[in-house]
Amino acid sequence: MTKKEWPLYEVFIRSKQGLSHKHVGSLRAADETMAVENARDVYTRRSEGVSIWVVESKNIFASDPSEADSLFEPADSKVYRHPTFYDVPDGISHM
Amino acid sequence: MTKEEALFKYTLRLGDDALIVSQRLSEWCGHGPILEEDIALTNIALDLVGQATVLLEYAAKVEGKDRSADDLAYLRYERDYTNLLLCEQPNGDFGATIVRQFLFSAYQQFMYAALTKSSDEQLAAIAEKSLKEVKYHVKHSAEWVIRLGDGTEESHQRVQASLNDLWRFSQEIFFEDEVNQTLIEAGIITSLEDLRADWEGLVKRVVEEATLTLPETKWQLDGGRKGLHSEHLGYLLAEMQYMQRAYPGMEW
Repeated sequence: MTKKEWPLYEVFIRSKQGLSHKHVGSLRAADETMAVENARDVYTRRSEGVSIWVVESKNIFASDPSEADSLFEPADSKVYRHPTFYDVPDGISHM
Repeated sequence: MTKEEALFKYTLRLGDDALIVSQRLSEWCGHGPILEEDIALTNIALDLVGQATVLLEYAAKVEGKDRSADDLAYLRYERDYTNLLLCEQPNGDFGATIVRQFLFSAYQQFMYAALTKSSDEQLAAIAEKSLKEVKYHVKHSAEWVIRLGDGTEESHQRVQASLNDLWRFSQEIFFEDEVNQTLIEAGIITSLEDLRADWEGLVKRVVEEATLTLPETKWQLDGGRKGLHSEHLGYLLAEMQYMQRAYPGMEW
């Protein structure tokens, strides 16, 4: 008998209204419906969320780690892209 | 039978059902077929032990004999438990556990839905809270019945065998006696007969979608409500009651 593994799903949870879904981990499930149920049981049992997204891991196309120096390093020398040269007026919090 | 006696016995039945199924499900802890399902089954077990706690607390209060919910849960003898025979049946394979859960949760869902309109405020409140949990139990177990039934040849054959095996315990759900009659007359509960069509409709729909067949057999067992149990309950209680029997009054 061949042992077939269920597909792997990535799980995204929105912790409350107004926030975005965040990746929390992955799990295996027979299909999408069961993946949502499994995610509910594994990742929201301590009231962590109000909404769940699942996507089969194979559908995620990722950047290549070996290209990291050409993809990300050039940004390191562009400090002017951070809005750190502005004076924040008094009374503005949460910036 | 006075209304109070009937209310005690009825609440005890609901509490015993939840307690015994919960104990069975908790046997899966660490043994689930996959991590996700291990957590799912024990989550359901936790929901049910929570329901058992509030139901037995209320039963103890109604009885008024200075017994606590723990006394009722841990210090009664086998013949004093009034859970459905279905609830105490062994876990078997995962498919058998799922079929047992589906048949039972489907009943709980319609029973609690009716009970939310009870004139007994405490029971209505317990029903309303529990109903939310049970709706998920029904959804989860039904999804699994469908996937196992309409899955591989082996899963189909196994889950059909479990359905054939457990079906003879299903009609006990609708067993009624003086306890029910007294509470129906007092306007506290409705007749279980009123739930039968809904329960059968849901079971048929899921069983058909799962490409399974409902057993033709008319042979049905009862006795649980009267304390007459299958051989399995004694072993279950021996394990469940061990700590309180060996170390009376212990807490942790």
